[in-house]
Amino acid sequence: MPIEIPTLNFIALAPPLIVIGTALLVLLFDLAVTDKRVLGYLGLVGVVIAAGVSIAMGPRPATTFQAMAISDGYALFFNLVFLATAGLSILIAIDYLERHDLQRGEYYALLLFSASGMMLMAAATDLIVVFLGLEIMSVALYILAGFNWRQLASAEAAMKYFILGAFASAFFLYGAALTYGATGTTNLNQIGLWLSGGNSDPMALVGLGLLLAGFAFKVAAVPFQWWTPDVYQGAPTSVTAFMSVGAKGAGFAALIRVLRSGFGDSAYSADWALAAAVLAVLTMTFGNLAALPQKDVKRMLGYSSIAHAGYILVGVAAASESGVRGVLFYLLAYAFMNVGAFAVASALERRGEFSTTQRDYAGLSQREPLLAVAMTVFMLSLTGMPPLVGFWGKLFVFRAAVEAGMSWLAIVGVINSAVSAFYYLGVVVQMYMRAPAEYSPRLVGEESDAKKPAAVNLEVAIGTAVLLAMLLTVVLGLWPGPVASLVTMMPLG
Amino acid sequence: MNSMDFPLLSLLLALPVAGAILVALLPRERTELVKGVAFATCVAALVLSLPLYFNFQPGVTGFQFEEVTDWIPGLNISYHVGVDGISLFLVLLTTLLSAVAVLSSWTAITEQVKEYMALMLLMETAMLGVFVSLDLFLFYVFWEASLIPMALLIGRWGGTRRIYAAIKFFLFTMAGSALMLVATIVLYLWGGGTSDLPKLLSSQIPAWLQVWLFAAFALAFAVKVPLFPLHTWLPAAHVEAPTAGSIILAGVLLKMGAYGYLRFALPLFPDAVPLFAPWLSILALIGIVYGALVALAQEDVKSLVAYSSVAHMGFIVLGTFALTPQAVSGAVLQMVNHGLSTGGLFLLVGVLYERRHTRLLKDYGGIWVKAPIFGSFFIITALSSVGLPGMNGFVGEFTILLGTFRVNVVYAAIATFGIVLAAWYLLVAVRRLLFGPLNPANTDLSDMNAREIAVMLPLVVFFFVIGLFPNLFFQKINPAVETMTSQVTQTRAVAEMSNE
Repeated sequence: MPIEIPTLNFIALAPPLIVIGTALLVLLFDLAVTDKRVLGYLGLVGVVIAAGVSIAMGPRPATTFQAMAISDGYALFFNLVFLATAGLSILIAIDYLERHDLQRGEYYALLLFSASGMMLMAAATDLIVVFLGLEIMSVALYILAGFNWRQLASAEAAMKYFILGAFASAFFLYGAALTYGATGTTNLNQIGLWLSGGNSDPMALVGLGLLLAGFAFKVAAVPFQWWTPDVYQGAPTSVTAFMSVGAKGAGFAALIRVLRSGFGDSAYSADWALAAAVLAVLTMTFGNLAALPQKDVKRMLGYSSIAHAGYILVGVAAASESGVRGVLFYLLAYAFMNVGAFAVASALERRGEFSTTQRDYAGLSQREPLLAVAMTVFMLSLTGMPPLVGFWGKLFVFRAAVEAGMSWLAIVGVINSAVSAFYYLGVVVQMYMRAPAEYSPRLVGEESDAKKPAAVNLEVAIGTAVLLAMLLTVVLGLWPGPVASLVTMMPLG
Repeated sequence: MNSMDFPLLSLLLALPVAGAILVALLPRERTELVKGVAFATCVAALVLSLPLYFNFQPGVTGFQFEEVTDWIPGLNISYHVGVDGISLFLVLLTTLLSAVAVLSSWTAITEQVKEYMALMLLMETAMLGVFVSLDLFLFYVFWEASLIPMALLIGRWGGTRRIYAAIKFFLFTMAGSALMLVATIVLYLWGGGTSDLPKLLSSQIPAWLQVWLFAAFALAFAVKVPLFPLHTWLPAAHVEAPTAGSIILAGVLLKMGAYGYLRFALPLFPDAVPLFAPWLSILALIGIVYGALVALAQEDVKSLVAYSSVAHMGFIVLGTFALTPQAVSGAVLQMVNHGLSTGGLFLLVGVLYERRHTRLLKDYGGIWVKAPIFGSFFIITALSSVGLPGMNGFVGEFTILLGTFRVNVVYAAIATFGIVLAAWYLLVAVRRLLFGPLNPANTDLSDMNAREIAVMLPLVVFFFVIGLFPNLFFQKINPAVETMTSQVTQTRAVAEMSNE
């Protein structure tokens, strides 16, 4: 029997390969370069090139590695989401790490590796490759979460994330194994063929459930969300910015492909749509209610990210093309507004301090008008207020739900949005309606500046990140047409 | 249609935003320049809006000054704006009151003037957008967007309980309109994927669905109007807001709710109207009497005016749901009247507050001697609000009552009782404020200065112009109102016939 030489179409996976190549370059240069910020900019160049290549490739589907991965419009769009997140996060990190004395070359390499894992997850058409991407992404994130080794909270975050993440991986693997046992293949399209042929097997259903559990952990959906607030709060803010959007986006990218390509045309499609709807309701309601009493902005954003996973699940539950489009738009919007919010939070953190209570925002509009405007834009966009990009994200997923006959889900969604207004508005209230002097500084050793609020460290790179994210949040909110058209041209291959 | 292809409405929408951006770029210390630019922008917008009145063709049915462009082509959502007789005067009211509001805050606002002025200008665009939008999603965007600057204005430059008032205002109105978004999506999908209002008006929506959609829209508008018992955000917001904020709130923002009924809820869902109209009318009546009685009991002049707004807005809703052309035309004109009179009252209260930093009636008395110009303005404005014949309030209220009387005598009788109450509480306020023995604390009270007079004067001119020449206004309002009411009643007649 002749050995079949697999066709290896490396071009199809060019964007993640470029990112991996950049990461290796960063590691290499790390030996020689003393100013580690250069490595950050090097990473940024790689990200920009990868994004350019993604755009140049266009939405024409091309499979590779014997149909284990695909470069279709869907994957390319996700590449843009991840690269935008990575790019903004690198900008944040360049200044943030410097200020906190954490500047190391590995940081940028790990971040790039993680981004490549995310891109692989979006491109994967085989459960094994999904798992590969998942682990590449996660392992790098575990390390990044604990990157601030001087802080106990950071170590705790890494430990929690690692242990629970390992559980989730095990769930996923178990699910993949059961699915393989039932269908005889790990290829999503083959699974889809087998299931649409009228076959069914309880083992496949259990497998599907376990796969769902694994993804639910990665996207921070109820009941697998417990790690989220601790990890978000404990990890360095620049890492939180990256993983809040990246890990969630990657989880959804793979989840949707598994559900649509693998289990879309099956006896189980009604089951998983209903499961997603129930998860959506629980997730957004829990996230919003838990976020209400939070005093720490990072922790509040952690709970809010759970709520956003719920809104995105609404689009998944719609189980339709327009649902997928809604999710794509939502995640791009989320990338700008959420990374932007964390960028402001990073800018406000003082040297050596790692807590960000709402009080730190008091009177910000008088101290740093630009940062206050930016944070207001991000908060309102996360609430879903028009004319900001977050509104359109919500509108598109809710529209898909109504179209799919789940108007009740859209109603739960808008009520949740109204609830979320309360805690997002809380930050705006601090920035605009409270005077800076109303609170004394928390640090004992700072008597000398008791009257003077702490200086804000708005350096060039972090300022660029804030400004870029704000501009995109506003401009795409006023003029969502191009992106709305773009997502319609980006179907699953 | 109009002869001009000039994008008047788009320019009008863009102008305040451009002004806001300009203000944001100015140096912080140059507060006089900041105020000047903001005021100039408002005046320019006011001038730009005048051709709307002069070039408006009363005989033409449908919308005028229309502009349509793709906005989100993939979803068939368009940027579609235009005005008709119902929205025309609300647009003009907005541009006038915005200029008045900016001028009135000249000395009252001393902190973060730049942010304040930028927010006022953004507010103007949002309000104008609500009145000219002819696409449901476009409307929703402006509707929600108008919340943000107002909440910030209240919360940053308001009184002692400003944060509570701002949050309450924001959450009430946002929660109220949440369901409207879902209803808009349903309507959009049902109409075959269009959110264009003129197109949707001709689409057939089953009666059972109309009931649900009407309920969702009506809730959003009822919070904004506000109808009893959803009014509780209003006194807080009005009392705590800075003077200019109160002017805009009472003058324009409340009208957005009543306008919403006329523009969207009634014509889109005529089959649901008979089901809801009696209930909404009763709530409006409760509001009229309740608002007036509570106003009677107020010691704070500003909250007195705030509660009087609840009563006056009740009149407007009552006229709207009487659904006779006369009553609805009266309601449209009364929206303008209320904006002018109540705006004027808040302005005058602001004048006093700037001098004495109190708004309690017991702190005043006899100040006519010290401030006769103020006194004259206050009496005129109060009488306009009460509805003295020859002034604007009379025309509006009388037309509403006449139109309502034809449909329901009891409603009209209760509403008339409300007018008596209105005369009571306002005249009591006039007496306690202006007459009686002079409170010694007020001996140093100065009269209104030239700027303050200039702010009030245009309002007073309109009190009399509308009062004496109402046809200048009705001739432009009536055709649109007649089209709308006949649409609603005809569709209902057809529906009733097919049911038999």
